[in-house]
Amino acid sequence: MALSHKTERPMLVRTDQGYCLTGHWTTDHIQALQRVTLPRLESGAIDWHSQIQSLDTNGAVFLLKLIKDNHSVWPKGLLTAHERLLNYVSQYSISVPAKAPELNMLADIGYRATQSLAHGRELLEFFGRLSALLFSLLLNPRQLKIKMLLDVVQRDGLHAVPIIALLAFLLGAVIAYQGGLQLATYGANIFIVELVSLTMLRELAPLICAIIVAGRSGSSYAAQLATMQMNQEVLALRSLGQDPFAWLILPKLLGLMLVMPLLTLLSMFAGIAGGMVVASLQLGLSPLEFLQRFGTEVAVIHVWVGLIKAPVFALLIVNVGCMQGLLAKGGAEAVGHSTTRSVVQGIFLVIIADALFSVLFAQLGW
Amino acid sequence: MTVVNLKDISTRFGTHEVHRGLSLVVEKGERLALVGGSGCGKSVLLSEIALLRQPDAGDIQLFGLSLQSLNQSGMARLRKQIGMMFQQGALFSSLTVLENIILPLREHQRLPESQLQELAMLKLKLTGLPDIAAWKYPQELSGGMLKRAAVARALALDPALLLLDEPTAGLDPAGASDFDDMLLELHATLDLTLILVTHDLDSLWRVTSHVAFLGEKKVLAKQPMSELSENVHPEIQHYFSNTRARRAAIELES
Repeated sequence: MALSHKTERPMLVRTDQGYCLTGHWTTDHIQALQRVTLPRLESGAIDWHSQIQSLDTNGAVFLLKLIKDNHSVWPKGLLTAHERLLNYVSQYSISVPAKAPELNMLADIGYRATQSLAHGRELLEFFGRLSALLFSLLLNPRQLKIKMLLDVVQRDGLHAVPIIALLAFLLGAVIAYQGGLQLATYGANIFIVELVSLTMLRELAPLICAIIVAGRSGSSYAAQLATMQMNQEVLALRSLGQDPFAWLILPKLLGLMLVMPLLTLLSMFAGIAGGMVVASLQLGLSPLEFLQRFGTEVAVIHVWVGLIKAPVFALLIVNVGCMQGLLAKGGAEAVGHSTTRSVVQGIFLVIIADALFSVLFAQLGW
Repeated sequence: MTVVNLKDISTRFGTHEVHRGLSLVVEKGERLALVGGSGCGKSVLLSEIALLRQPDAGDIQLFGLSLQSLNQSGMARLRKQIGMMFQQGALFSSLTVLENIILPLREHQRLPESQLQELAMLKLKLTGLPDIAAWKYPQELSGGMLKRAAVARALALDPALLLLDEPTAGLDPAGASDFDDMLLELHATLDLTLILVTHDLDSLWRVTSHVAFLGEKKVLAKQPMSELSENVHPEIQHYFSNTRARRAAIELES
C-alpha cells in the first residue's frame, strides 16, 4: 500500500448522487486535505457519501472536522476499517493545552537574581569544603594521591607550555609595538623596557596564563566530573568508602596550584622576550641595552606581585571547574552546559580577583 | 502483502560477523518480535530495516520495493512509511514533547502552527500521554512517559511499519503491561505492522503474533510464541528453558 503511487488527491466532489468524498486521506496529502472545505449551503447538512480509498489518523482529524462542520452527519458508505478509525480518533477531544505563561520582565529579573544568588552561595560552600579539605590534608597527608597529582602536573602544566609561551611572546611583542609607536614620537625609546616589563610581570603574564588554563583545564575538569556524575561514578566512589573530593579534586587543586606559578614565570620570560625582539627591530634598542636597563630599573617586587596571583587564580579555576562538574544534573546536554559555565565563570572570577589584587597592591604601595 | 523481505543479509563489524545469509519475511499486520541472546544482532537488524544501516551483502525489500532500485527521493519517501522508536527514546532534548512530534510534520508539510499542534496532540493522546506532558521537556518525563512520547513521535507521519527497540525495558511490570496494551490498541486500529526487539517475556506472549529467533547468525525460527517455546532447537530451548520464561508461560495459561 505504501508507495504504490497514491496520486489521487483527497477531494469533495459533486456528483449526480450528491456529494462524494474521494481519494487518499493520508499524511502524504495533508496540504490538499487542508483545502477540502464544505460547499456553502443555506439549508443544514449536505448529503454525502464516501469513496475514500485510504485513511490514516492525520486524515481522520481533517475528516472529523468536516463532519463536525456538516452538523455531525457522517458520510454514508464508509468502509468498516475507516469507520473504526474515525470512531477511535473521535473519542479523543483534541485540545492543545495552554503553555505555562512566561514570566514578565520584572519577575524574570527577580528569578534570575535569586538563581545567581543561590549559585553564588553554592560556590562559596564549595570553596569552604575545599578549604576544609586542605586543612584535613595537613593533618593526614597520606590521603593525597601522588600519582594523580603528577598526572595533573603533566597534562595541565607541561602540555600547556607551548601554547602559553607562544601567546605570552606575542602579547609582549604587541605591547612593545603599540607602546613603541607612542614612545618613539617623544624620543623616549628606552622606556619601552619599563612598559613591557611592568605590564607583563604585574598583570598580563598571570592573566594570560589563567585565561588559557581556565579554557584548557578548567573546562576539562568540569566535563570530566560532569560525565562521572552522570554515570553515578561519584556515588560509586562514596559507596566504596572513598572521599570523592580526595580522589577527584585534591590532586587537581594541588597540582594546578603547583604549576600555575611556574607557567606564570614562563609567560613572564616569554612576554619580555617578545618585547625585546620588537624593541630591537622597531626601536633600535639592542637586547643587551634592554637587559641592562631591565636589571637596573625593574625591581624584583614586580615579579612577586605577578607570582602571588598565580596560585589564587589556580584555586578559583579548580573551584569553579569542579563545582560546575559536580553540580551537573540531567543528561549529556548538562555536560556541555557545565563546561561552558566553568570557562565563563572561571575567567570572570579571575578578572575580578585581578582587580581586587590591584586595589590591594595599590594600598600596600607595591 | 509482504512488508519486509530480507534476503541473504550479511553484516560484519570489522572481522566480527553478525549475520550470515539471514532471511526474514514479515507480512502486513504482523506483530513480530526479534529475540535472541545478547549480541546476536537484533538491534542491528532492526536498524537495517529502518534504513539506518546498510547490510554488507544481501537485499532488503520494503513494501515490495527493493532498496537497490531506489534513488534518494525514493528512500526518503520510504522512510516516511517507517516509524522508529529508539531504546532511550531519542527525543530531542531541546524541544518539548509536542514540538518533538511536530518536527517531522513541519519538515514534510506546510501547515499552520495550530493545525500542526492539533495533529500532534492526537498522537500524544493515542499513546496515552496526559495533556500536561505536551509542553514538558523530555528530561522532565518519567521513563514510561518518555517511551510513549517516543512512540508518539514515531507515529507522527502515520507510518505503515512501526519499529520498536526494547520498548518495555526499564519499565516496571505494571507500566510495561500498560505499554503492551497501548501497542495492541494502536495495532488494532491503525493498520500497523509492528516489529519489536524485546527481552520481555510477558510482551512476547501478549503482544506478538510471531517471534523470530535469531541465532547462529541467522533466523533460526519464525513461529508464534506458543510454538516457538516448544521448539526443540537447543539454542531456543536454552533461551526459553529458564525459570523466568516458564513462570511467564504459566502465568499466561492460568
